[in-house]
Amino acid sequence: MNQLIDIIFSASFGYAVIRVTTPILFAALGSLIADRAGVINIALEGTMLVSALTGVAISAYTQSAWIGLLAAMIAGGLVGLLLAYFSLNLKTDIVLSGIAINLMASGGTVFVLYLIAKDRGISSSLPSLVLPKIQLPLIDQIPVIGAIFSNHNVLTYASLIAVLIVYIFLYKTPLGLKVRAVGENPDAADSVGISVIRVQYFALITSGVLAGMGGAYMSMGYVSWFAKNMTAGRGFIALAAEAMGGASPVGTFLTSLLFGFADALSNNLQSLSVPAEFIQTIPYIATIVGLVIYASRKTAQINKIKQQEK
Amino acid sequence: MSKNLRFDILRTALAIGIALFIALVIILFASKEPFTAISQLLIGPLGTVRHFGNVIEMTIPLVFTGLAVSIMFKASQFNLGAEGAFFFGAIGASIIAMKVALPIVVHPLVAILVGGLIGAVITGIPAVLKVKWGASELVSSLMLNYVALFLGLYLINYFFRDVNAGAMVSLPFLETANLLVLIPKTRIHFGIFIAAIMTVIAYYYLYKSKRGYEIIVTGENIKFAEYSGIKTGKVILMAQLIGGFIAGAGGATELLGMYTRFSWQALPGYGWDGVIVAILARNNPILVPIAAFFLAYLRIGADLMSRTTDVQNDVIAIIQGIMIVLIVATSFLSKYRHKMIFNEAKENLGETAKEGK
Repeated sequence: MNQLIDIIFSASFGYAVIRVTTPILFAALGSLIADRAGVINIALEGTMLVSALTGVAISAYTQSAWIGLLAAMIAGGLVGLLLAYFSLNLKTDIVLSGIAINLMASGGTVFVLYLIAKDRGISSSLPSLVLPKIQLPLIDQIPVIGAIFSNHNVLTYASLIAVLIVYIFLYKTPLGLKVRAVGENPDAADSVGISVIRVQYFALITSGVLAGMGGAYMSMGYVSWFAKNMTAGRGFIALAAEAMGGASPVGTFLTSLLFGFADALSNNLQSLSVPAEFIQTIPYIATIVGLVIYASRKTAQINKIKQQEK
Repeated sequence: MSKNLRFDILRTALAIGIALFIALVIILFASKEPFTAISQLLIGPLGTVRHFGNVIEMTIPLVFTGLAVSIMFKASQFNLGAEGAFFFGAIGASIIAMKVALPIVVHPLVAILVGGLIGAVITGIPAVLKVKWGASELVSSLMLNYVALFLGLYLINYFFRDVNAGAMVSLPFLETANLLVLIPKTRIHFGIFIAAIMTVIAYYYLYKSKRGYEIIVTGENIKFAEYSGIKTGKVILMAQLIGGFIAGAGGATELLGMYTRFSWQALPGYGWDGVIVAILARNNPILVPIAAFFLAYLRIGADLMSRTTDVQNDVIAIIQGIMIVLIVATSFLSKYRHKMIFNEAKENLGETAKEGK
């Protein structure tokens, strides 16, 4: 037990939490934008995989990590576009469209991986690059704080800034207002002249770009290669984090951090004598518990309002 | 009604055709020997008894998870726990098969029953969370699949592992537990009958019983169901318990029929395949075996293709995705459908006009 406490209160654990939160946070923000526009993006998992592979492939080909990142973001946006086309134009149920995309992504990435790297599991034969880490000036000098917050991957800082941008976008811009209006009541939004389908297209593409950044981080920061199904359910955890965060940017950030904590804990406890399989369930159980707490709070609120109305 | 069915069949066939066509184009570009690859994919499984046997072997678990997902989707419950239920059902059945001494015939049946009950628990948890607290069954069932995976591995690797086996596998099953192999030269086992019985029961339950009717009504319009006095909470729960039971029994059957030890170290993916099967079969249990056979045929064809040529079997993933999207797409061919309905109405109108004279 003491050992556990030592681990949790060490600076390296704090650093690890932030490090593993990044991909979840990106995907959760993507989930948030889509959700606020009234469309569920369950394809986040597949989107991250596609972008992770694209980042590796393009960075290896161009020998520029930045172009790799850009390509990963574009790829994410395209997957979002595909989801939007399936669900909004072809009118396929959006959950099933998302499942279809996830299936295509998990098999398709392996197919492409074999074509370019001649390996079905890992991309280590490709000379892909990683995005740089950043030393924060001043903060770097502070003991403990510096060790926790400095020297992260550039995308980690980008994910924190993205929380702010998503917040400003949703609550302070006309387009953000439109997104929220469409999500709250599409008929009402339509009646005041907002093109619901366009707004939802925009939301799903943006959602894809954000998940794409999470994917790029996985293969060009978290590790330096692409591996088969490397996202390991992070896209789904992100859905849960967003739902639990009450579909608000700050709430989503905090819950993502919570999952990051569970994830980091499971990584760290593996060095103790606790069985690894047991520990690996932590993030998923935490997700279920969190989801139930959030949902039950919400139904309680609704019941309260109903009673007041009576 | 028959027109609707005809339209559904046409649309499904066209969706499959388009998906296959796209896959063939991809193979043409990606392969140095595209024609061998394509012929392996399409007619490879017919080549030998053993390969065709492989198709039937793979059909069996797909029927189970296809039925499981169909029933849950019929109630409009996006519970994706069939994957975890299948896996954990297999774990439960293995423990019975390893550690409980029972006479022949009874042994596998008990193991399958236990597998089914465990499966029902796995899909039942998200169902209860949904009915009681309104938590999305979609997300919680996805999470639960991972929990089932790791807990299952924990059980096998720590308590039932065969340390002398040289790989991460369980102790061997007792001989009384294995399902009978029916056809020599293949591994087609007794589970095929269990799958057939499940199919018939699921069909009658869903379409010919009061409870099944409640599931269908609840799935189509939950408000309407509530106003007609159906206890929708109970119905939703029931559908998912039954789905989980079938998936769990499927995992158990697969394991006892095909293996002599528990050797999975990852989720086998049959739960997700069940979604594909259910969509192909339009959630109709009687069509599930056909859809399962089709998917198994494609899979084995793809395996043979990747073994003999330079095309990887993952190309099948693209076929599956396109099929799902096009089959479920309500606006795919909708113009044609309108035309069909319009023509039919016009004919009827003409007839009534004649009768009027």
